[in-house]
Amino acid sequence: MPEPTDNAAPYTTVIGLEVHVQLLTKTKLFCSCENRFGAPPNTLTCPVCLGLPGSLPVMNREAFRLAVRAATALDCTIAEFTKWDRKNYFYPDLPKGYQISQFDLPFSEHGQLEAVDPKGAFEPRMVRILRVHLEEDAGKSMHDESAGTADSRIDLNRTGTPLLEIVSQPDLRSPAEARCWLGELRLLLVYLGVSDCNMQEGSLRVDANVNLHIPKADGSLAKTPIVEIKNMNSFRSVERALTYEAARQYEEWQATGKELGSAPKQTRGWDDAAGITRGQRHKEESSDYRYFPEPDLVPVTLTADEIAAIREGMSESPRALRKRLEETWKISAYDADVLVGQGRALVEYFETLARLVDDGKVASNWMQQDVLRTLNEQGITIDAFPVAAAGLADVIGRVKQGDFDTSRGREIFAEMIASGRSAEEVVAAMGIAAVGEDELLTLCRELVAANPKIVADVQSGKQQAAGGLIGQAKKKNPNVNPGQVRALCLKIISELPAS
Amino acid sequence: MSLSRDDVAKVATLARLALSEDELAQMTRELSKIVGFVSLLEELDTSSVEPLAHPLGTTNVFREDEPAPSLPVELAIATAPKQDGECFLVPAVLGD
Repeated sequence: MPEPTDNAAPYTTVIGLEVHVQLLTKTKLFCSCENRFGAPPNTLTCPVCLGLPGSLPVMNREAFRLAVRAATALDCTIAEFTKWDRKNYFYPDLPKGYQISQFDLPFSEHGQLEAVDPKGAFEPRMVRILRVHLEEDAGKSMHDESAGTADSRIDLNRTGTPLLEIVSQPDLRSPAEARCWLGELRLLLVYLGVSDCNMQEGSLRVDANVNLHIPKADGSLAKTPIVEIKNMNSFRSVERALTYEAARQYEEWQATGKELGSAPKQTRGWDDAAGITRGQRHKEESSDYRYFPEPDLVPVTLTADEIAAIREGMSESPRALRKRLEETWKISAYDADVLVGQGRALVEYFETLARLVDDGKVASNWMQQDVLRTLNEQGITIDAFPVAAAGLADVIGRVKQGDFDTSRGREIFAEMIASGRSAEEVVAAMGIAAVGEDELLTLCRELVAANPKIVADVQSGKQQAAGGLIGQAKKKNPNVNPGQVRALCLKIISELPAS
Repeated sequence: MSLSRDDVAKVATLARLALSEDELAQMTRELSKIVGFVSLLEELDTSSVEPLAHPLGTTNVFREDEPAPSLPVELAIATAPKQDGECFLVPAVLGD
């Protein structure tokens, strides 16, 4: 049954995604050319990926292993028997005239992945995965529009790169859900080490199928023709393109009344600058690709035991990790989402820190404020972070035992990051010494004596007036702990004879 | 089973073959014969025969994920009808 996408829209948006990700192998799927982005054009080719006569493909063991890991993490059923097929079509970036893909016996089917918004903007959405299969990428054609009708240039470095095609069922119900689900998919694949999922470099590409279910006055449901959207270069543009396309289909339906079946499936390209989708060429029907079994590759079999062993050996998924962090360290779902979203290495840093300071919430706060800010500012990852978890734990420990307050602690931590020195060294160098109890008492007595106005305010019930004393105390000795100053001054004032 | 002229015209288009009307007629006759020959198999009861994915009985032929040198670019593009020293050149590909 349709569910409302949002209360304002008179229709439900129905979205299915088709995601292609390049696998993180050293070499291509069927030959030993390097699988590497950014090399000069046509420097990573050989007779196999150029499609020269007489060359034969041989399957990359690691590519198949990564593919199976990804599908397993997506809860797919792994086939005990799988084979490859030729998908025939002509395009200049496809030198063989066919793509080696999988048709009727993909290596995995029937998975699922949930989209959960950490802020609860929508109900968690379980999305079924129709199939995941392993195929080869095509090359790249480049056309300089400004050169008018000049030739297109073809670079075949990418040809034969291992590519995972992940096809979801049309289970998503809003552009925001689609974006969230893609984020979860990317995170999962990055955690698995299957792909770097870099959309700028094209190692993750998304096409979307979308149509509308519109309740009609007579109680029946109108379904608009399905449109496939291509050329979306970021998750943000996926969300924007889907939002635009839903509105466009609704307008078109109101104008023409065209429904699913009365018009062929259309392909539209997203123009990010213009913020619109435009019609593209008619898409070939599946039978037009004249699929047939690839005679140059033999099938691959896995035993039930091998499949079970792969499942056993899987690392913790982002979803499981979030849940564990929430439970173990008593942090919020939102905090767990932020930390897990930063990658496994950062989570390991956090957990080391949380163990050392024995406080998940405090550790999470320091991670999100000071550590993440520094990583963002310096454009580095946690592996390159100059202070180890033990060093940060040292600072937090000193704050906890009252050597200095949190803001002073953050200054010390910043200095540790800048200089690479230990907390102890920074404290010594900055002349920060814990203020002794006697020293603090003397200071507070002096302040109380010197500020009769504040004392009078406090005595008349305005406790917040004591803030003025803290400011003065910090001026006299930057190392004092504001909380201690405040408590002590209030105590001294309360013990004064009433004026 | 016989093929129509339009079936053959469609297959020709997909294969990027430009056939004249005479050739289409000839191909329709000849391809129909071939399909008819293959359809002899339909007389057999194959309900208990497993589909054959590959004529060789072998499975699981892999190579290790170890790089080997690629061709130098001059060699890779040497036989292209048109090239600019770096890329293959083809008539303009627009859109999509």
